[in-house]
Amino acid sequence: MKTKLLTATLGCALSIGSIFGAQALAADTIKVGVLHSLSGTMAISETTLKDTMLMLIEEQNKKGGLLGKQLEAVVIDPASDWPLFAEKARELIEKEKVASVFGCWTSVSRKSVLPVFEELNSLLFYPVQYEGEESSKNVFYTGAAPNQQAIPAVNYLMNDMQVKRWVLAGTDYVYPRTTNKILEAYLKSKGVADADIMINYTPFGHSDWQSIVSDIKKFGSEGKKTAVVSTINGDANVPFYKELGNQGITADTIPVIAFSVGEEELSGIDTRPLVGHLAAWNYFMSVDNEVNDSFIENWQTFIKSETRVTNDPMEAHYIGFSMWVKAVEKAGTTDSDAVQQAIIGVTVPNLSGGYSAMMPNHHITKPVLIGEIQEDGQFEVVWQTSGMVVGDAWSDYLEGSKDLISDWRSPLSCGNFNVKTGECSGSK
Amino acid sequence: MHHSIRTYCKLPVLLLILFLLPHPSFAAVNNEQFTEGITILIKGNFKEKRLAIQQIATSDDSRAKVLLQALLAGNLYRVKKDNRLVYADIDGGKARIETVLTAEDLGLIKKRKLKKITINNSLRGYLKTSLARIDLRDPDSTIRLQAVSLLIVSLTPEDSILLSELLLTETDSKVREELATARDIATLRSKDRQTILTALGNLRGNLDPAVRNEVSTLLAQDNLDESLRKEALAVQRSIQSKVSFFGLVEKLFFGLSLGSVLVLAAIGLAITFGVIGVINMAHGELIMLGAYTTYVIQQLMPGYIGLALFLSIPAAFLVSGITGIIIERSVIRFLYGRPLETLLATFGISLILQQTVRSIFSPLNRSVATPAWMSGSIQINPILSLTTNRITILIFSLLVFAGLYLLLRKSSLGLQVRAVSQNRAMARAMGVQAAKVDALTFGLGSGIAGIAGVALAQLTNVGPNLGQAYIIDSFMVVVFGGVGNLWGTLIGGLTLGVANKFIEPWAGAVLAKIIILIFIILFIQKRPQGLFPQKGRAAE
Repeated sequence: MKTKLLTATLGCALSIGSIFGAQALAADTIKVGVLHSLSGTMAISETTLKDTMLMLIEEQNKKGGLLGKQLEAVVIDPASDWPLFAEKARELIEKEKVASVFGCWTSVSRKSVLPVFEELNSLLFYPVQYEGEESSKNVFYTGAAPNQQAIPAVNYLMNDMQVKRWVLAGTDYVYPRTTNKILEAYLKSKGVADADIMINYTPFGHSDWQSIVSDIKKFGSEGKKTAVVSTINGDANVPFYKELGNQGITADTIPVIAFSVGEEELSGIDTRPLVGHLAAWNYFMSVDNEVNDSFIENWQTFIKSETRVTNDPMEAHYIGFSMWVKAVEKAGTTDSDAVQQAIIGVTVPNLSGGYSAMMPNHHITKPVLIGEIQEDGQFEVVWQTSGMVVGDAWSDYLEGSKDLISDWRSPLSCGNFNVKTGECSGSK
Repeated sequence: MHHSIRTYCKLPVLLLILFLLPHPSFAAVNNEQFTEGITILIKGNFKEKRLAIQQIATSDDSRAKVLLQALLAGNLYRVKKDNRLVYADIDGGKARIETVLTAEDLGLIKKRKLKKITINNSLRGYLKTSLARIDLRDPDSTIRLQAVSLLIVSLTPEDSILLSELLLTETDSKVREELATARDIATLRSKDRQTILTALGNLRGNLDPAVRNEVSTLLAQDNLDESLRKEALAVQRSIQSKVSFFGLVEKLFFGLSLGSVLVLAAIGLAITFGVIGVINMAHGELIMLGAYTTYVIQQLMPGYIGLALFLSIPAAFLVSGITGIIIERSVIRFLYGRPLETLLATFGISLILQQTVRSIFSPLNRSVATPAWMSGSIQINPILSLTTNRITILIFSLLVFAGLYLLLRKSSLGLQVRAVSQNRAMARAMGVQAAKVDALTFGLGSGIAGIAGVALAQLTNVGPNLGQAYIIDSFMVVVFGGVGNLWGTLIGGLTLGVANKFIEPWAGAVLAKIIILIFIILFIQKRPQGLFPQKGRAAE
């Protein structure tokens, strides 16, 4: 009796995610894998992306599908469990025979599935801003590389707001650590002294920010204009911003610029005390143009709620999906190698009112926008790059990475080509 | 329209407006500098807007203050059609507007026909100091005080004359004090040795961060007079010793407040785990249910945030308590004496509860509003301020502890609970219905977890994963304090909180947690029964 109950319990929890996966259709369709966590810690961010993919696929089918066939989404829940991502990716490619996969959020989940995609030569579209220092033949990075988010943001603070002291605060994992390493090297190259940089890491889901915020306050009250560059992830942001508000730190004394806080995260916070704090992204819901308006309208109809917001990773999936569709049409097949060749140079409209192109290093071109938080939880753009910025796989500010380039066109076809030694090390 | 004004200006300004309104001729006096500023404000980019703000602020126009306040609060719009500058009171898709120049009520208009006059961060700061300069002569002393403290960081040497002037007429003692500090800081930048020396004397032991910065800048000068250097160093030392003392007080407060959160989260577990010996892995989810109850009640009574919070306390107790009783009756009672199976079963329950909440409320976090009296902080002195929400939760957790302690000590239920926990067979022989007591005890512990959820909803995210973040900490506190002892939980929780906050500054948040865990492992090795060992059945 007890063991039965237990099995039922665990089974129930595990099977919820795979219900979608079970509806395999026999008809002739092109399968698209969606690999986003629908349970566990990352469900908060990734569920929205799963819905976005379902919407995009539905829209494409209304337009007549692809290559005369209907598209079919195969949704699998890796449950915020990093090793499980690799298993589920293998299942999608080998068992479900999907043509490509759209998925992952955290860098650790991407690192977990990467060998699987390379081994089975399938395609992954990764929609989230990340730390760079990677370029795989099988992965397309539609989110921002550090030079498309972090570096322009710091430039804005330095030039437009005359910031002289820097707090680099982040959650303790690979994305903030690498980003902060790049930023630290960049700031020092601009003549910022060691004493004017404070670096701080906190665990996932950190909720007691009292002493850290108090330290930031002290650090910022020493006469020089101070700003916080935040790579704090997900849940931990809410108590962080609450504590800032309570300890009286406002945007005009010590502004906080965040790389992981978007419209979706703000929808869970009372934003009144946060007005004026900043975020750097490649897209904001408040961007005013027709493509974006119709995207928002379609999204709110699809999700049946007029209050749901859109955000940057959703835009990345929008771009990635249109690029894949275009590349498949160009190649006339969904074969991985053909699509890989066809997609380089493909240009599609993005939602910020311009066009994004897939570059030979598998990163895309994007505009960089800096927005200030408003009372209604939206961002008001206060600065933006004049044109598109090309994503840089290998940072120019890190030892060992500044000599590397990535170019997946033949004959070079290499993810980390060292221009000094003229050699391609590692992945080919 | 008066409603919208009231939201962004203090009473005296309102009186001023009321005084102005009946005299349209006066309000319409044409101040050229003011109207020119407005023209730039409508058309300009951020750089030009800065100029506009400067023009308006120095125009001496009676409408300037209200205008700048509206700009700061984001209530200033232009009508797209005729580029008129208006104050807008937005309600849904409609807005009630009033012209800035003539204070004429234009009635309702569609929001889409308006365009907001936007500002950015540096303008926001500039607006605040500009307003502060106007506020220096405000009739309300608290507004004057705020104005001086705001200006103190951006003083110029010329300000010392203005400040001395204001000092002559100032009557409020607090404002006088702040003005004097401001004047002395401004004086430090002058050239005259004697006046600097007097100013330094006045600033001894002054905790304002601006004083510290100014003295360090003074000390950094190369050709500083020797007597001045000596005096400046003495001032720096006197400030430093005070700063480190208050730093210690602050750390202690942070520690106690973290500790009180731990106590709240753990105290329910102290009953279920401590008294009846059930390893309840779903404890965190019972906390989460309490937090969601707070959210639901707040949704049911919009506009009564404070009252909703008070009602949430009994409601969360009932919701989590009843859930607890159901869990006990349907699962746990079959598993008494089999800790491993209980652990697995309750872990399963925790997954079910999480996924249920995820299905009902979506995986997105829900926002629980904080009542006004719980946000902000109490300023003890310029470097020490205690946040109100933390103080409230510290007091709340002590109250919950006291209530629970009295319940277990003074009520008949408490007597039965203690009897069953000390010797089950004997208690049953004496006519205590052990099964009923088990269910009620589990319900009580679960209910307390729900109450903890109400408090945690004010501090952290209300989401399906809320409970997971606290389950480990709760077990840590209970085991450290001594299983089955409420005092142990209280002392254990507070000790761990304070220890954590004292380690954090030099080890970082991540390492601090690890150090605490290692300490507890070592402690349990030496003293398996915890700080306060229990006597009775559990001790055997």
